[in-house]
Amino acid sequence: MIQNIVDGFLVGSILSLGAIGLTMAMHMLRFANFSHAELLSVGAYAALVFDGLFSALFPVISTAIGPLSLTWALTLATILSMGITGLTAIAIDKLVFKRVRAKGGELSMVFASFGVAMIIRNILGLIFGLDPVLYSQDIVFAILVSADPLLLVKPDQVFTLIAAVIIMFILHLVLSRTTFGYSLRAVAENPTLAQVSGINLNRMIVLIWLIGGGLAAAAGVFYGLTNQINPVLGRDLVLPIFAATIVGGIGSIYGAVLGGFLVGLAANLALVILPSGYSPAVPFLIILAVLLIRPHGLFGEERA
Amino acid sequence: MIGIISYLVFFATVASILSIAVLGLNLQWGNTGLFNGGVVAFFGAGAYGTLILGSAPQDGLLGGFGLPYLLALFGGMVIAGIVAWIVGLLTLRLRHDYLAIATFGVAVAFENLVRNAAIFGGAQGIRGFERPLRDVFGSGLAYNALFFVFVLILLIATYLFLERLIASPFGRLLRAIREDETAAQSLGKSPSRVRLTAFIAGSVIMGLAGGLYATFYAFISPQDVLPILTFQIWAMLIVGGAGNNKGAVMGTFLIWAAWTASGWALSRFAPLDVQLYTGSIQFVLIGFVIVGMLMWRPQGLFPEKLVVSQSAKTGR
Amino acid sequence: MTSLVAKDIVAGYVPDLPILKGVSLTAETAKVTVIIGPNGAGKSTLIKAVAGLVPVSSGTVTLNGTDITNPAPDKMGAKGVAYVPQSDNIFRSLTIRQNLDLVLRNAGSEAAARRDALFTQFPALADKQTERAGALSGGQRQFLAVAMALAINPSVILMDEPSAGLSPKAAQEVLEYTRALTEQGVTILLVEQNVKQALRMADHCYILADGQNQVDGAAQALLDDPVVGQIYLGGKRVAPA
Repeated sequence: MIQNIVDGFLVGSILSLGAIGLTMAMHMLRFANFSHAELLSVGAYAALVFDGLFSALFPVISTAIGPLSLTWALTLATILSMGITGLTAIAIDKLVFKRVRAKGGELSMVFASFGVAMIIRNILGLIFGLDPVLYSQDIVFAILVSADPLLLVKPDQVFTLIAAVIIMFILHLVLSRTTFGYSLRAVAENPTLAQVSGINLNRMIVLIWLIGGGLAAAAGVFYGLTNQINPVLGRDLVLPIFAATIVGGIGSIYGAVLGGFLVGLAANLALVILPSGYSPAVPFLIILAVLLIRPHGLFGEERA
Repeated sequence: MIGIISYLVFFATVASILSIAVLGLNLQWGNTGLFNGGVVAFFGAGAYGTLILGSAPQDGLLGGFGLPYLLALFGGMVIAGIVAWIVGLLTLRLRHDYLAIATFGVAVAFENLVRNAAIFGGAQGIRGFERPLRDVFGSGLAYNALFFVFVLILLIATYLFLERLIASPFGRLLRAIREDETAAQSLGKSPSRVRLTAFIAGSVIMGLAGGLYATFYAFISPQDVLPILTFQIWAMLIVGGAGNNKGAVMGTFLIWAAWTASGWALSRFAPLDVQLYTGSIQFVLIGFVIVGMLMWRPQGLFPEKLVVSQSAKTGR
Repeated sequence: MTSLVAKDIVAGYVPDLPILKGVSLTAETAKVTVIIGPNGAGKSTLIKAVAGLVPVSSGTVTLNGTDITNPAPDKMGAKGVAYVPQSDNIFRSLTIRQNLDLVLRNAGSEAAARRDALFTQFPALADKQTERAGALSGGQRQFLAVAMALAINPSVILMDEPSAGLSPKAAQEVLEYTRALTEQGVTILLVEQNVKQALRMADHCYILADGQNQVDGAAQALLDDPVVGQIYLGGKRVAPA
């Protein structure tokens, strides 16, 4: 039970990072973006590539930091990957979504995002193979925190949780202390008023993709660090991330953070009563429960 | 020669079954503007429902009610309709993203359920279904040809039903809602109610397709209800032209032919080490077909011939 | 000297279905110009077309002789034109202070001083500056919206029914405040449903119907005109203020 709660927080932090970008883009461009979770894969693989490159160029930085399997090379690679994934998200919008938006209207965007997801996922599979890979071949043993109740935690998991919380705290500072943050919230609340208040919406869309892509990349690396990297990572995470945005209320950034943790916890706690084979279906049950009890989520507002 | 004819009958049967599912999606998406991200759930509900209701009792499996075939097929459709009713009731009053996500979720959950629950056959699926009239016509080409005719009759019936439906006042209402919800509201109709009706009707039609599919193979397993099927069915509709039933059927035959041909070509000509990736290559191709169509020819190859209203023309 | 001039404006959300069918109007500098007319006359559309939110398919809008037809809505502030929408004209999820900081974000080192000046001007808002704007009363919201408009030091403020949804007292306060802004040299162009009150505080009035100019003239003259009163002001002559 306690193990499930700890695991739930860990998974939750990853889902939160993924859900923040999704909820922003979904609210502003008004479509359910089924390709968002693929950005986690893009980020995870981009970090893998640069990790390999940096380790080969500068072997000094390829040793593990303390008890972690994380290396300085991977840390650098992750930061670079966040930028690259952000740019990828912008590129996808420019190449596909913007054109579909101009041509077919909002609803076609959902189809297009499915198509994009399919393309990214399978191209990653073609490039990197279908088998799972790891950032580090070193075996890092879990630390036995407590024997009864049983609680095993890996150092990487602790790091991931702390890093995710720090990233979200930085985002919180930006949102609550800077005029750029106010603009983001303004756009989320009322795009037309934001525009007449002098905010350039097209520029904001680009920035939202950049931030969303960057956060997704961090989430992807953290997932790879604590599980494994594989091309269907996006397929496995798309529904939990959507569930997180619905729990939080579409458009609410803070809701997405909370939603991510709630979905992570609920999905792990559900395993106490359900056989583990059913875990992919749990996010759907959470979505149904939210739609029944509070359709607009914890922080969402009704917007037809 | 017999081999080719057998294959053509086989191909045409599967394509016709899929056409029925595409027609169901067209009612939802093409005519009403409802995004169904989980076609396989309704297709699968029909397929599993038909087999469970119509098969003889088997150890450990749910059902085995041994109902007469047509009743079992109808029961499968009803089950698909019930699933649609639940999902629709919860989401159709909300903004459209919710329906997309919830339907996608119901498909994931459905596949997960039938894969894990022993009473649904688990990963092995359900077999041992007695195909109707098998003892009269044997198991050869004659039987397959007859079954094809049966499927074709149902396809034509579905087609005619939908053509009548969209020409009726109800059909006009659907298009009005698709194009301008406020205008439809001002006609005094509750859009969410009309949308729910259309969503359930479309899902029941998908359930029919699923039931026929399961009958044809006398077998259904979780492998038959993977998300890729949803994706293929969409590609068929988008390529054919959403809103147009004739286009939907033509799109189905076209995409299904392209899919089987590409699979065959890859397995025949691609080097052995590439063959492992056949699926990935096909998925990338179909992804490009969908994205490309939406970008360059969103109206499809055989577009809807109806007069489009002002607001739809300018694109919202 | 003329300030904001709209000439033969044809505009609408859909190209083939114009809501405005050739409307012309002039808002003189440091005066209040009010647009009235029946529902569906195109009053709000006109003000939105000037603000760049509804595309103008023909006709021109000029500001002191410079063409500003079909502007990017986010560039209007830089041209000295502020627009206050009818409802949802503040960011409810931001605090009052954040609302002002948002519109002042390009003011650089002056931002803090200008914000403080606005708080001096609107003491009621200063008291609640760390509260979420969504918690304000209707009248206070309207004042915050006006403060946000003033933050960019506009020469023209476009207002869409500032008194809508307010109590008569709050409506009166908002309209009086708006009137007072002209003393600072600000040009006001507003749409009002509240015809009598609007005419009393305005200098000039345009009456629209069916997307076209009907009558225009000095507000006081229109108030006194029996024919106009009969047709547009609900049949009763309104006593001058």
